[in-house]
Amino acid sequence: MHDNVFDRFHSGESLLHRLDPRVKVVVTVIFIISNVLLPDAAWLAFGLSWLLLLGANMLSGLGIWFSFKRSFVALPFALAAVTAIFSIPGNALWNWQIGLLTLTATDTGVLRFLSILVRSWLSVQMAILLVAVTPFPDLIHAFEHLRVPAILTTIVAFLYRYLFVLTDEVMRLMRARESRSATLPGHKSGGNVFWRARVVGNMTGQLFLRSFERSDRIYNAMLARGYQGQIRTLHAHTMHRADWLYGLVAVVLILSLHVVGHFPLG
Amino acid sequence: MPVAHKSKFDFALPECDGDVLQISELKFSYPDGHQALYGVSLNLCQGDKVALVGPNGAGKSTLMLHLNGILSGQGHVNVGGMELTHENLPIIRAMVGLVFQNPDDQLFSPTVFEDVAFGPLHMGLPEVEVRARVSEALDQVRMSNFRDRLSHHLSMGEKKRIAIATVLSMRPQILVLDEPSAGLDPRARRSLINLLRDLPISMLVSTHDLAMVKELFPRMVIMDEGRIVSDGLTMELLDNEELLEAHGLEKP
Amino acid sequence: MLYAPAPMHIPDGFLSLAISIFSWVMTVAILTIAIRKTNKALGERQVPLMGIMAAFIFAAQMINFPVAGGTSGHLLGGALAAIILGPWAGMLVMTAVIAVQGLLFQDGGLLVMGANIFNMGLLTAAVGYGLYRTVIGRSNRTKLIVAGLAAWVSVMTGALATSLELWLSGTAKLNIVVPAMLGVHTLIGIGEALVTVAALAFIFRTRPDLLGEQSVSAKGGRGWVVAGALITLAVVLLSPLASVDPDGLNRVALDLGFFATETASPINILGGYAIPFLGETPLSRILAGGLGVLVVAGVALLAARLLRKRTEST
Repeated sequence: MHDNVFDRFHSGESLLHRLDPRVKVVVTVIFIISNVLLPDAAWLAFGLSWLLLLGANMLSGLGIWFSFKRSFVALPFALAAVTAIFSIPGNALWNWQIGLLTLTATDTGVLRFLSILVRSWLSVQMAILLVAVTPFPDLIHAFEHLRVPAILTTIVAFLYRYLFVLTDEVMRLMRARESRSATLPGHKSGGNVFWRARVVGNMTGQLFLRSFERSDRIYNAMLARGYQGQIRTLHAHTMHRADWLYGLVAVVLILSLHVVGHFPLG
Repeated sequence: MPVAHKSKFDFALPECDGDVLQISELKFSYPDGHQALYGVSLNLCQGDKVALVGPNGAGKSTLMLHLNGILSGQGHVNVGGMELTHENLPIIRAMVGLVFQNPDDQLFSPTVFEDVAFGPLHMGLPEVEVRARVSEALDQVRMSNFRDRLSHHLSMGEKKRIAIATVLSMRPQILVLDEPSAGLDPRARRSLINLLRDLPISMLVSTHDLAMVKELFPRMVIMDEGRIVSDGLTMELLDNEELLEAHGLEKP
Repeated sequence: MLYAPAPMHIPDGFLSLAISIFSWVMTVAILTIAIRKTNKALGERQVPLMGIMAAFIFAAQMINFPVAGGTSGHLLGGALAAIILGPWAGMLVMTAVIAVQGLLFQDGGLLVMGANIFNMGLLTAAVGYGLYRTVIGRSNRTKLIVAGLAAWVSVMTGALATSLELWLSGTAKLNIVVPAMLGVHTLIGIGEALVTVAALAFIFRTRPDLLGEQSVSAKGGRGWVVAGALITLAVVLLSPLASVDPDGLNRVALDLGFFATETASPINILGGYAIPFLGETPLSRILAGGLGVLVVAGVALLAARLLRKRTEST
């Protein structure tokens, strides 16, 4: 019923959908690294980086604003970065006195803060696009090719497989709790926080036991179907010339941003 | 709407204005667009024991989930005279005892006592009262000796009865059960039927077990494809083979 | 939202490349050991188990418990996973959870995932198990008390590590971010402790064999106690130091070459980005940046509209 919530993949037949997942992963990571390496306040380069991102969105066939629309999740870490305003030496903008603490906001500090936000915003959009055009099992397979140890990728594969089952159980447990969370007029309801934590602990323990005992049955079922340790997907991955080509083009474009970013124009 | 033709039985269901439960024109669609309820209306009165039958996917469970606000659609739900709104949801939850089909979904505490005590504890009742209610509820389901047992180790039938106790301890006005006899062996089933017969509380029970319906529930509501197609005397409806067959039911 | 992110998943862009790479190196090193140890001890049958346990931790993190005023707490689970599954398997399980959170839900970045895994998966498991290991032979009651403590310390450790990484990347001011993070996580840590203890108590009552003498949980070596103690000591010493005397730590970091902020001063690079009539003031640079964004957005909108017109007219 809620499969959509956990499936970030949007199917399609675009160029990006057909690219080898390894290329997509590598290009995404290079894009993120590139943003991180661009100096503070390199607005032109950031802007071009964004254009690249929008271009990628268009290539995906999911709409130019696809990742933009999904990129505004509240960031608690933005608050942490706010303190950068006060910690980079530069020209002072204004002073704040909080008790014994004197905070001096600097221009470089503000630029650092804004740059961090922009880098983060650009990076998360590329990551959103990556999972939108790549089925998760293919993504796992890509990591196997990229030499991530098999034990880890297999655990992730199992996690993905049983995510829906277990989150379903959690939802039903929470539903059961909700159904019995009643109020009687005239009484203070909800119990104290210790009791509530204990109930959650009970639900957690319950969930653990069911998962643990289920794993035995699952293992037997898999053995019965010839499981020998490898998870297989439908798409066999071989790198074609097109994959190499597009990958190269993407990397070159990203690198060229740095020409703009590191050398001031005039 | 009750089936309106001349009854060949010499009794009929009393007029009911819905003093326990009143559902009016309830419509509901799932987030993915699938419409599950197309305007369902149903009244229940004090002491009514009503069976809700129909094929899988008819919307029975969906309807039930509206009765304590887990799902909310368009239309009105009125419990004991109180309109179900977001604000008075916590109060309604004490009035509607919803028991899910799979007791594992209902039991999440280590011992039976703690599971049955959860409802009263959450309501903020004092310890003495909580203990009294737990004893009362376990008595009602005839599981008093199971008080300190670990829920994890109980059989399916035992779990089902404990699950019922977990809502009885809140002293609801109506018991809403989803497939209570599913998965029970004959002995456990018989035990459950006796229990339901003896509980002096209004109930709405969704089930495929028409033999149990014939035994326990004077009134039967047939649902199919998100609508109520029939609402009336069980004995009458069970005689209407065409009707039963049209909605995936078999005469018991 | 079904799934609620915790305030410890660092997004991309908040850590410098140097710190990201350094964290990856440490994470990969520790995971390599973990994999070797797990393979030796458990073998292929345990992989499905660890996978389901990873799904369990993921799902358990979704359960909310209302704390106060509409806010809810969630379990992180590093200490719990390590106590139940043993330290190495616990680390692998948490790594899988954090990896999926980052990849699939963008909860935590990709480049910084090494740091996230280190903070939330490795440190928490190490210190959680290390402290718990000291009471392996004792009564259940003792085990529960120490497990609660271990869970709390694990959260504080993760929070401190996160703060230090943010500071060393030039993202945050040390003597604000450390007290802030630690302050918030003191309470979160209490929630973690309560839920961890309750979950363990549940398991003690229903399947005590899973936590008994013969279980995986008891098999970890005494080295873990040392690790746990050292990490706890570091947390206890560094936290007040960072909050009160950042200069001391600043100097140490500079000496060790940690600070990456000594690149070309951004003021030069901005040379060409000032708005003429405002001159070379910082305000003008900020405005220039803002204008740049608007220009790019405008170009993009125009391009999109033009492209759409083209497809509509064909």
